[in-house]
Amino acid sequence: MPIVTFLNSDGSAHNVDAPAGSSLMEAAVDNLIPGILAECGGACACATCHCYVDEQWLGKVAVAGEEENQLLSAVLDQRSNSRLSCQINLSEELDGLVVHLPESQY
Amino acid sequence: MQTEAHYQGAPILDVDPFSTEFLTDPYPFHEQLREAGPVVWIPKYKVWAMARYEEVRHVLDDWETFCSSAGGGLSNFNQEKPWRPPSIILEADPPMHNRTRGVLAPLLNRAALNKLREGFDEKAKLLVDSALARQEVDGVKDIAEVFPLQVFPDAVGLQKEGRENLLPYANMAFNAFGPRNELFEEAFKEAEKVTDWIMNQCRREALSEDGFGAQIYAAADAGEISEQEAGMLVRSLLTAGLDTTMYGITSALYSFASFPEQWSLIRENPALLRPAFEEVVRFQSPVQTFFRTTTCKTQVAGVPIDADQKVLLFLGAANRDPRRWEAPDTFDVRRRAVGHVGFGHGIHVCVGQMVARLEAESVLTELVKRVERIELNGEPVRRLNNTLRGLSSLPLKLYAAD
Repeated sequence: MPIVTFLNSDGSAHNVDAPAGSSLMEAAVDNLIPGILAECGGACACATCHCYVDEQWLGKVAVAGEEENQLLSAVLDQRSNSRLSCQINLSEELDGLVVHLPESQY
Repeated sequence: MQTEAHYQGAPILDVDPFSTEFLTDPYPFHEQLREAGPVVWIPKYKVWAMARYEEVRHVLDDWETFCSSAGGGLSNFNQEKPWRPPSIILEADPPMHNRTRGVLAPLLNRAALNKLREGFDEKAKLLVDSALARQEVDGVKDIAEVFPLQVFPDAVGLQKEGRENLLPYANMAFNAFGPRNELFEEAFKEAEKVTDWIMNQCRREALSEDGFGAQIYAAADAGEISEQEAGMLVRSLLTAGLDTTMYGITSALYSFASFPEQWSLIRENPALLRPAFEEVVRFQSPVQTFFRTTTCKTQVAGVPIDADQKVLLFLGAANRDPRRWEAPDTFDVRRRAVGHVGFGHGIHVCVGQMVARLEAESVLTELVKRVERIELNGEPVRRLNNTLRGLSSLPLKLYAAD
């Protein structure tokens, strides 16, 4: 199972074992990671599972689709590495993935 | 009402989920259904029922086995003629569903709705002005029904005349997911007049140039859907977009009037407001049930289920399943309620859920700012519906903050 590290804005880190095939958002919610809300449950509708993919991993994560980009325009503090975690599917290739969490989702 | 025997290995429960007794106070029945087993047979309607969180989620996830194209209600469209042409989004499976949902979803997500926010907030402010001026109000008739009627038809781009037809139409549609009982018959009394008005409003010519309706027709111009499908999607918005949000806001007001200490928590920390609405939806589950139909022989929790069988999912019961939720019957705004199935789950999860959230957020934000306490001021009156759980009257007394 891929291991994912969530880094909170206060510097605290959470390592999570997540099954391949699940989304990064599901990995966060199933492990009660604070900072990922995911109101809409993964329908790409709410933009409350925003995260920043660590620069080192940007090339390995599939790029955002049109709807995700539309939603990212509505998040607080959008950056070039902003993503919605519900749209990132975990695979063995993403073992070791590091993502940073924003201070607030809205 | 007792577990008498088994059918294909599942307990048989002789309940009527659409009876006055059940709809008035569903919780003891929900518990009975959940505790009887993961899958239960209801002989009165010859349907399989699931009331535990895990099985409800599983069925909603597996759209290939548990389809929607044979109807989201009790009626099996493979065997019976539907009361209206089936919805091309709610009562459709992929690939058609992907196409139609692909048109609505980008119009209704949080980013797209941001441009409506200011208008919603202004209307909410005026509404709270007037409610506070009166102090004693009916939470349903003066707030929960008023606000969505002020903002939603405008957002769709409907003409002003005849909007009173929207409520009876939605009432028909949600009662029609159940059996042809008294509630159904009563709702359909003026069906023809109401349906005619609705269908007329779904035409391109009837809609304003800047609402959701016009945006749906723009998708037809772009070749994503046909002209006729555009009209059907406008109908879907009008069916699903109004009543549900009224029930949602009613549920919130009822919850906060019943549990004033929870209101105080939000007053002290307004950041709790959005999570609190998730808890409202979990706790009250304005949409109580939906059906699916099996496309093939399958098995759930060891119970074999034949093809072309109706499966009744108790969303409200799943949202209070103690296997999933700690102290499920406690209303607690500090709870992480996300993950509830109050908006459904899977590919058919409510496409307008962010509209519902935004409406509730606008109203509640204004109330949290200005109302110290919401008190019950009389006995609430329940409104029965075969699918929705809500009130027809909620007497409240509002105490203004200093």
